[in-house]
Amino acid sequence: MRFEKMTKVIALTGAVAMAFGLAGCGGSGSGSSASGKGGKTEILVWSWDSTLPRTVKGFEAKNPDIKVKVTNVGTNKKEYTALNNALSANKGAPDLAQVEYYALPEYATQDKLQDLSDMGASGYKSFYTPGTWNSVNLNGGVYALPMDSGPMALFYNKEVFDKAGVTEVPTTWDEYYEAAKKIKAVGSYITSDSGDAGFFDSMTWQAGAKPFATSKDGKTVTINLTGDSKVKKWDDYWQKMINEDLINTKIPGWSDDWNKGLNDGSIASLLMGAWMPYNLLSGAPDASGKWRVAQMPTWEKGGTENSENGGSSLAMIKTKDDSKSKAAYKFLEYACHNAEGIKTRVDGGAFPADNNTLKSNEFLSMTSLKDADGKDNAYFGGQKFNEVLSQAAKNVLPGYKFLPFEVYARGIYGDKMTAFTSKSATLDQGIAAWQKDLQNYAKQQGYTVKE
Amino acid sequence: MSVLDAGGRRVRAAERARARRVAADERAERRRAASSGFSNPSNPRRSVWLTLACGVFALYCLFPFAYLLVNATKTQADFTSTFGLGPGRSFALWDNIREVFSYQDGIFARWLANTLMYVVVGAGGATLLAVMGGYALAKFRFPGRKAVFAVVLGAISVPGIALAVPQFLLFAKLGLTNTPWAMIVPSLISPFGLYLMWIFSDQAVPGELLEAARVDGASEWRTFRTISLPLLAPGIVTCALFTIVATWNNYFLPLIMLKDADWYPLTIGLNQWKDQASTAGGQAIQNLVITGSLITIIPLVIAFLLLQKYWQSGLAAGAVKE
Repeated sequence: MRFEKMTKVIALTGAVAMAFGLAGCGGSGSGSSASGKGGKTEILVWSWDSTLPRTVKGFEAKNPDIKVKVTNVGTNKKEYTALNNALSANKGAPDLAQVEYYALPEYATQDKLQDLSDMGASGYKSFYTPGTWNSVNLNGGVYALPMDSGPMALFYNKEVFDKAGVTEVPTTWDEYYEAAKKIKAVGSYITSDSGDAGFFDSMTWQAGAKPFATSKDGKTVTINLTGDSKVKKWDDYWQKMINEDLINTKIPGWSDDWNKGLNDGSIASLLMGAWMPYNLLSGAPDASGKWRVAQMPTWEKGGTENSENGGSSLAMIKTKDDSKSKAAYKFLEYACHNAEGIKTRVDGGAFPADNNTLKSNEFLSMTSLKDADGKDNAYFGGQKFNEVLSQAAKNVLPGYKFLPFEVYARGIYGDKMTAFTSKSATLDQGIAAWQKDLQNYAKQQGYTVKE
Repeated sequence: MSVLDAGGRRVRAAERARARRVAADERAERRRAASSGFSNPSNPRRSVWLTLACGVFALYCLFPFAYLLVNATKTQADFTSTFGLGPGRSFALWDNIREVFSYQDGIFARWLANTLMYVVVGAGGATLLAVMGGYALAKFRFPGRKAVFAVVLGAISVPGIALAVPQFLLFAKLGLTNTPWAMIVPSLISPFGLYLMWIFSDQAVPGELLEAARVDGASEWRTFRTISLPLLAPGIVTCALFTIVATWNNYFLPLIMLKDADWYPLTIGLNQWKDQASTAGGQAIQNLVITGSLITIIPLVIAFLLLQKYWQSGLAAGAVKE
């Protein structure tokens, strides 16, 4: 008898839950349809960036006939996987998607992205920094608009540097090496690297290397890491740092331990993109006031060369629906080109990619960051950090190209480099193994491979 | 009714005979164990090494839980600056819980409700289907039974992850991706549950009992409901626990199926919070991720504590054929 009652209960809850599920389905169905209620055009944006959703309100106020839905479907590689799935299923892809600069060639060469030069973006060259424009301008088309940028800079913990007797900020890599030894002597590491492909790209880019190239027709790809003397230059230098145990190869970037290291000074500096300030504030809050920003060390005394690290663009997925692509372009334009849209995001912590903001007084004179509660935090001890970062953006070397399968390449970089982090092999060997794998992969994908 | 009563008498007689056999077996086992030196409940000799080994395993299993408990009491600042297993400078558990449920307009509660819905409908449905299917396969003879057996065994050996992408493409064609159905429908199928219920039904429901009921004129449905279901209870609970845990922890399926934060289960939502710290300009909310994880496992812990005695008897069922 007890069980008879129980089955009734189970059946009832099941039925109720199913009804709930059904009702739910009805609610979500409209999310992907072209026009929602009241004749509004609805566009769907995939982005994990925390500042983009803030622009929706301002945009919708100006465009009452368009409704924007921004969803976070996962951070970088997870979003690309979702995007690949949706594109191969021909269903469920968004109208706009956040794509990092390094991944952009991949989607552009697959002919998945709308060339924005037909829609009015071709004249934007002087609007953006050279580094970011260079990244979205591929084979004569404009395949996205820059959302933010990440010119490299040297972020350092002044307290630890002072304690170690490094009173002059290193301006060349030789000085950086000397500083690393002094900092090691007081028990800290100058920085950490456990095999990060984005870091490798940025560092070799700054050294002037151009290991990757794709032909205009997109069929031939050049992969020449081992034969590029500039790759070798960085590689030898970094190997020396590893051999003398001057950098921490044990702590992976972005891990909790890494944040702890930045917080307590056991990792004393970072070679990182200009978007780092807000991450430092939330990841290493106790070190507030101790950090400073400086230009990257260079290979020659008095040099200024720099590179980009990270940064994202907003790309439009090709669609046949004209009204949708027009609405999507309007939002893209607002979020990445309109002064109001850009300001909203910069206020939220994005590092700008446009020259106007980088030149503006308000931006350059900032001496504090806004924390999660909206309070001012002089994280860089009152330094006008944006003056340094803005200059760094101007110094980016042009002409560096990513692979048309950079997402894959970065995914396997760490595996090839595990040996150097445990010091059982050299960077040279890791890079050679990476190159071999990349060449094989390129062949499987149908490319003609050149060295 | 009289035949059913006779059936009941027969069952009771069989049960007494079984108890006698078990008692005899246990006596023999005690004698054997005592002579060979193994310990058992009636020969409680302790082994230092086995105790140590069990202790190590217990530590290994409880360590992440302890870490979770300790760190759920810390603020974000304490989390990055104090020793991982030591207490923080302030006790922020209640603040953390409040913030977990209020962050991003309280989306955590929505994820919790989604997960509960997926579990009730998905795992509940899977259990129901497994019980009925397993019972039918064990107690009815029909053409194609062997084929079903082969298919089910084959299905158990294919990991769910391998099917996820084809499932995604199929669901995209049907227009079901990004709806709760994409999560529920695949969860309804549990080959292992079916197999378990099949074997369990075969052992736990005597054929004589069903014959008696049929002779009495009970319909198959009534027989199933009033006679078989009570006998199957431990198996059902075991099967339900398996499917509940599988659905509650399911990560890969919703990861590829769902693109709308309003339909995320906890696994995907928490992961998204975790990733936020490593994005440019993203706010680190590790304290909320950890507190959220703690809240996430509580329902599972409760389910296990409540159902563990059924779970144990269900696991052992079918181990010995009488």
